[in-house]
Order: sequence, then structure tokens, then C-alpha cells
Amino acid sequence: MATFNLNINGATHEVDVDPTTPLLWVLRDHLNMVGTKYGCGIAQCGACTVHLGDVATRSCMLTVSSVGNQKITTIEGLSENGNHPVQKAWLEVDVPQCGYCQAGQIMTASALLKNNSNPTDEEIEMAMNGNICRCGTYTRIKKAIKTAANSENV
Amino acid sequence: MAKIKTQTGRRAFIKNTSLASGGLVLGFSMLNSCKPKDAEKMVAREMPEEWFEINAYLRIGDNGLVTIMSPNPEFGQGVITSMPMIVADELDVDWQDVLVEQANFDQEDYGWQFTGGSQGIRRRWEGLRMAGATAKQMLIAAAAETWQVSASEITVSGGVLSHQASDNSAGYGEMASVAAKLEVPEEVNLKEVKDFTIIGTSKKSVENHKIVTGKPLFGLDYQFDGALVAMVAHPPAFGLQLKSFDGSQIKSMPGIVDVFKIKTLEDGFTRGYFDTNAFTDLVAIVGKTTWEVMNAKKQLNVDWEPIADSKFKMDRFGTEMEVDVPSGLESTEDHYAQMNEMASKSSTTARKDGNPEEVFKTAAKIIERSYSCPFLAHNCMEPMNFFAHVTDEGAKLAGPLQAPVLTAPTVAARLGIPAEKIDIELTRMGGGFGRRAYGHYAVEAALISREAKAPVKLVYTREDDMTCGIYRPSYRADYKAALDENNNLVAFHVKAGGIPETPLFANRFPAGAVDNYLAQHWEINSNITIGAFRAPRSNFMAGVEQAFLDEVAEAAGKDPIEFRLELLQRAKDNPVGEENEYDPERLAGVLKLVREKSNWSQVPSGTHRGVSAYFCHNSYAAHVVDVTMDGNTPKVENVVCALDCGIVINPDAAANMAEGAIVDGVGNAMYGNLSFTDGKPDQTNFDRYKMIRHSEAPKNIEVHFVQNEIDPTGLGEPPFPPVFGALANAIYKATGRRHYNQPFATDKPPLVG
Repeated sequence: MATFNLNINGATHEVDVDPTTPLLWVLRDHLNMVGTKYGCGIAQCGACTVHLGDVATRSCMLTVSSVGNQKITTIEGLSENGNHPVQKAWLEVDVPQCGYCQAGQIMTASALLKNNSNPTDEEIEMAMNGNICRCGTYTRIKKAIKTAANSENV
Repeated sequence: MAKIKTQTGRRAFIKNTSLASGGLVLGFSMLNSCKPKDAEKMVAREMPEEWFEINAYLRIGDNGLVTIMSPNPEFGQGVITSMPMIVADELDVDWQDVLVEQANFDQEDYGWQFTGGSQGIRRRWEGLRMAGATAKQMLIAAAAETWQVSASEITVSGGVLSHQASDNSAGYGEMASVAAKLEVPEEVNLKEVKDFTIIGTSKKSVENHKIVTGKPLFGLDYQFDGALVAMVAHPPAFGLQLKSFDGSQIKSMPGIVDVFKIKTLEDGFTRGYFDTNAFTDLVAIVGKTTWEVMNAKKQLNVDWEPIADSKFKMDRFGTEMEVDVPSGLESTEDHYAQMNEMASKSSTTARKDGNPEEVFKTAAKIIERSYSCPFLAHNCMEPMNFFAHVTDEGAKLAGPLQAPVLTAPTVAARLGIPAEKIDIELTRMGGGFGRRAYGHYAVEAALISREAKAPVKLVYTREDDMTCGIYRPSYRADYKAALDENNNLVAFHVKAGGIPETPLFANRFPAGAVDNYLAQHWEINSNITIGAFRAPRSNFMAGVEQAFLDEVAEAAGKDPIEFRLELLQRAKDNPVGEENEYDPERLAGVLKLVREKSNWSQVPSGTHRGVSAYFCHNSYAAHVVDVTMDGNTPKVENVVCALDCGIVINPDAAANMAEGAIVDGVGNAMYGNLSFTDGKPDQTNFDRYKMIRHSEAPKNIEVHFVQNEIDPTGLGEPPFPPVFGALANAIYKATGRRHYNQPFATDKPPLVG
């Protein structure tokens, strides 16, 4: 066990865990932040995506000891009231079906738009290919990303 | 207006003071359905001080807000929005005044709480309308009594009751307390379709705001003070069982509380049809956190041994039967060899019209093709999981379950307690697709909680989820068609089988449209467990039948849509046989609509086009799929889909579900594959199990609904099965190769064009 001070969503959280614990389980089991989802545990499905700095990162294979003092943003901290342009676009396009993968999709999409405010279809596909949606909402996700890109203040 | 008896599914009209505090129901958000501006307005609006329970489906607050219970489990099909829409429409209340709450399992109040078979809206349609209409009628009666006027003179709009002559008007909230004390009317009026104001308009999902902000919704998110985490270890291969284990070593690992064996179903137990389970003896590992339990599980010292041939008793909805479980470690290569052998043997005849054998002997042309598909895993994004807290008082359970009505009796039987002592909270499901109709994991959670004497959340790893069975079976179908010298289809033979079940539907198209018709089937038993997977059996038969008909149309020199429409005309005007399941006119209807909407005869340059149409689960679907070639890889550019599922409650959400079915169809046709070596699934996670991804999804999907006033007939499954056929037909146009074996991405058929 070791103590880590994590900078999550603008606040410092102290946790006492095994250093090999993936960030995903620190968030879910130790901090009760369950918006970040477990899907595969091997960084293949994207359900656990968070931002490390500004980069979309799979938290299921990111050990807590490797995070250091980098800023972590989870779906809970993407905006105060769900009013991030990507979240708003998701609501407008009515993207989710079961909804389980959508936090990960939104985190990947918002990281994409931060680096590229007006991505092409191909760029969207490349960036989003690591996020599986079993319900098949891909066409709506693309539409929502374009909606968000066209809105102000991405 | 249609009068309807109010005889089913409601309890007494009581004022429920336990619900008096308005804040309590806010656990479920109603804010998501409205635009941000409305949401702000709603937040400012005070919650009622008192709620009046009008019936099990709705309560009305003293300020006019209405809470509507959604009875069926939600797994992404949108019933948590569409079911309350039906109640709200008949109630005549503004949608923005509606709060929605997911009902828990309560058979007395909500009857058949089952998500599956595209049955939800179809089965609930009348009851939900009645719940709303009854409440409205009682509110009118309350106003009539209060104002001392005739009920027939009272009009209602948007939750406001008015009586013009006396210049009285009141909101529902003002009349709720009086209404709640009235007798249930014996008969109520339901609206005419033309008078619907909410049904048929698009409403956003009431849970979307929670989804996009990461609020706890799913079973895996379920939190309970002091809950431990549990995992189970099951045999790595079908045909193996637990021999022995030694938990002493891992018990001393950090966070581990206990390690023990559980037996999910006792020997001799008569299983229900949804009690499917290959691995009843499991090692349970219980600990404090998921990561600690996961690590301990990897270190578990456990031995497995081969199973012997065995039998179990099953009660298949009233029919007692004995099911054989063969021993052995099965492999996919052997499965295909066995299916090949069975296809050449004689088999059971399910239907025969005319004299197909004779006609085949004298036909001008004969087309003969064989098709196959592999096992598939459901791969719901949320792995199987369940919470249980079993005490001397009873069992509290919570989690994702499609069929609580079928799982609860098994939990009760296994715990040896009355069903009334079992509470099940229905969480939102992170996908289902049939998989969560099989609730063994809820039974496992209950047994682990009882043994550990603690509240426990059972969590499957992705590997556990993918390798513990309940798969879409592997199937094969052999088709043969005869054309006469005028290129008329004069005989048709389908022979289909699978491991371990047949996929055959003997009475579906083209049965009824061909004078000489033969449908046969066979089965090969297996110890690999199977279960419902979005549109069971149809998910194979639709695609291969529609691909075969494409070849027959080509051999006949006819346009594929014209060819099908001619057959459907025959089935309508002069049907062969009396058992035909489908309505030829509705099937023709979706073909005509998709022909029009896709501009069928005008194929864009560089694009290759395929069509399919199918009836299943009471509804009709047709697709036109456009494919382009990117080097040697076919890409789905555009899909136009036409659906006839009767009245559509929530059109944009319905379109979303159809879009998903199309993506799912393309994905499974191209890539879906679960194979076995010596009983072991070769794919255990998403590194080897290929799921369709963003770049492989159709670039554009258009969904069109046939407009009619037929009562809703179901939508979750029907758009899925025919995708496989339309895609195969489009790829043939693009490549000159016809795919006979799924998945297409690894199938290498010869050039035939």
C-alpha cells in the first residue's frame, strides 16, 4: 500500500492503495466516481477513457503510481452541469442507447476537439476507433462531434 | 374513441402518504427530456408537497407534476421514455410536467416485466394507455363533483381541466386529492390515433443527462454501504467442471475476505427455460476491492476435470422435459464437419406443400447453395454483475436483468425462501441483446452473499463474460430453388440445422408463395450453452434466405425487388397453405418504401447496391445497402431502411435503435466470430473478438417508417436480421463474390459473377 495524492477534476484526492492498482479502480472503488466504466481491462474498448492532461487515456491499464501530479479529468469533471459542448451535442443528437460506453466516447471526443476543433470524418473515425459501442450509435456519435465542433467554445 | 374495460393490472386507488415528500422521487431525473432553458425553469419549479397515487403507474403531485413509472427493464431500447409517453398521452398532460421513475420488480403491480422478443411496447400498449386514460377520467370525475357539473361538459388539455359554462378551471394537481379517493371506473375511453399529442412525437431519452454526466445508473455502479466485491472462477472450457481448489494461499492476499465454492443450481433441480448454465460449480472469491479480487483470482489454485454425460430436468413454460448434456471437448473445426455431414443426411420435415421432389427433377434451372455462421458472444459493454444482500429477513438484489420475472423464482428456490421475500431493484443495463434474460449471475450473487454473510457485488471480468456461455448458436442452411422455362420459381427447399438448435422457420416467406415447398431441419447436441441473441434464429435465416433469393432472382433474370414483390403478390392473392406467419402486403409495403426512398434504380457511380426484406417478431424490415470498394475492402456507405412496426411511439429514438441494429448487423456479418478449440473459446476479450468500430460503420443511415394505425408490433429485433443479406448482396455486386460463410471478413469465396 502507498499513499497517492491525485489531482482529479481540479481537486486533490488522497488514496491509500496498492501502487499497481489501475486508475480506473481507484476512481470507481476508492473515490466513488463511477462514471468511468470498466469494459475490458486491456485498453481495447475505451469505456474507461479519462483525460490525463489533455490526452484521452485508458484508465484500466494506467497504474495509479504512474499518474504523478498530472491533471486527471473524468466524465464527472468535464463540466459543471453537463454543459460542455460535447455533452450538449450528445443530448441534442440523442446519441445514447444503453449508454454504458458513452462516458468514454465523450471523453475521447472532447480530447479530440481540444486538439482539432474542426476534424474531418476520417479524423473523427481515427480518433474514435478505440471506443467500442455495442449498441451501434457510431453514426450519431459522429454527428454529435460535428455538432459540437460547429458550436462555440469547444 | 374506443371504450375499454379496466380489468387488468391495477391496485386500489389509494392516497399514498409514504410518498408525501416530493423530494424523494427526484432520484430519477426528468430534466433530461427538455432543452436547457426548460430545465432551468423546472429546477426553479417547486416539487409537490404531496403526491397522490392514482394507480401503480402514476402519481400526481399537488402542483400538477406527474410521476410515471416505467415498468420494463431498460437496456437501451428506450422504453424508460416511450412507455411513460404512452401513459402521458392518454392522461393528457404536458410531457415537460412528467417525471419518470424505473419500477422495481413487482409482479403484482407490473405483471410481465420482461425485456426481450421485441415485446415491450406491444404487450404494454393497452395497459399503459389504460393507466393514463383511467387517471384522466377520474380527474374529470373529481372536477365534475367539485364543480357540481356534468363530467361530459369538462374538457381537458395539457393537465388543465375546464368547464366553459361555469367558467371553472383547475390543474390536475388541484383535483388529484379528490380523484385519488374515487372508485376505479369500470370502463374508460381511449383516444383515437389522430388525437395523440405525445405518441408519434420525438422525445429525448429521460436518462441522457445522467448518462452524459457519468451518474451511477448501471448495475456495476450500484453502491451499498459495506458491500464487498466478489468474482467467480469457472472452468476454462466447455466439457470441464470444478474438481478441487485450494483457496488458502489467496486468502492471505491483501483485501481478500473469503474463498469458497458455490453451487448455482442443485442437482435434480427442475430448471426453467432461462436457467441456462454450463458451469454450476464455481469458486467464489470475496474481497474488499475489485482490483484485489481480480489479482487473487489470477493466483487461485484450482483443478478442473472432464464432465460425464448427464441430464437435467427442465420445465419449458409448462412442458416438462429432460435435457441431455454430452461430455467432450468440442472444437469449431469438428462442428463444421459435423454440420456438413448432417446436411447431407435425411432430416425432419417441418412443412411440405405440393410435390417438390418431382418438380426438382423436371425443372429448367436449379440453384443450390449452402450457408453457415459461427457462434457469437453477446459482449454487452457492461459485463455481467449483480448485487445481493441475503439476510434472515430475505434477499435484496439489484442489477441488470432482462427477465426478473423469470430469475426471481430461481433465486427463491435456490435460497429456499418464498418469492415474496426477494426484492429486485432494476438498474439500467449496459446492453442486453438477450444475454441478460439468463440470470444465473443473480443467483450466484445471492449465494455468495449468503455464504459471506455480507452485502456483495458480483463482478464478471470481460474474460468471464465472454467465456461462460449462452451464445448465439452456430448454424447451417442449405437452399435449393427450381425455376421453370419461364423463370418462375416453382419449387423451394430449405434444410437448416445448428449446434445445438435448428434455426428453421418453416412458415415464413417464401412459404406461401411457392406451390412446391419443403422445409426440413436437424440438430446436433453440444455442451456449449446457447441463448437468445437479438432476433434468435432469424439473425441467421433472414440473411441467408435473402442472399439466396438474390441469386435466384439473378438466375431468373429479374430485378431482386420485382422478383420478391411478384412472389408476395402470389402469397397475398392465392396463398399456398394456411400456416403462413407473415402478412404479404406489409412485407411488400416495406420493400416498396425502401425502393422509393433509396431511388433503387439509380445507383450512384462507384456504388454497389443490395436489398433484403424480412418479417420477424411481428414487424417488417427492408434495407438497401450501398457499398463502395476501398482497395479490396468493401465499405458500407449508405443504408436506407424501411420499417413497419405499426404505430411508432418515439420516432427519433426508434430510428436510433434501427440505426444501431444496422451497425450491429454489419458488424456481426463482417467480423462476429466465437470459435472453440478443445472446448475453450479462442476469443476471450476484445483483442481477439473483433467488434465493429467507428471507421467500419455505415457512413450514413436513413430510417423510414410505414405510416399506419396498426397497434405497435415491436422494433428492437426486426431491423437486425435482414442486414446480413442486403450486405452480402451489395458485396457481390461490388466484388463478384458471394459470401456463404459468416463472418465475411475472413470468408474467401470464389468469383461467381
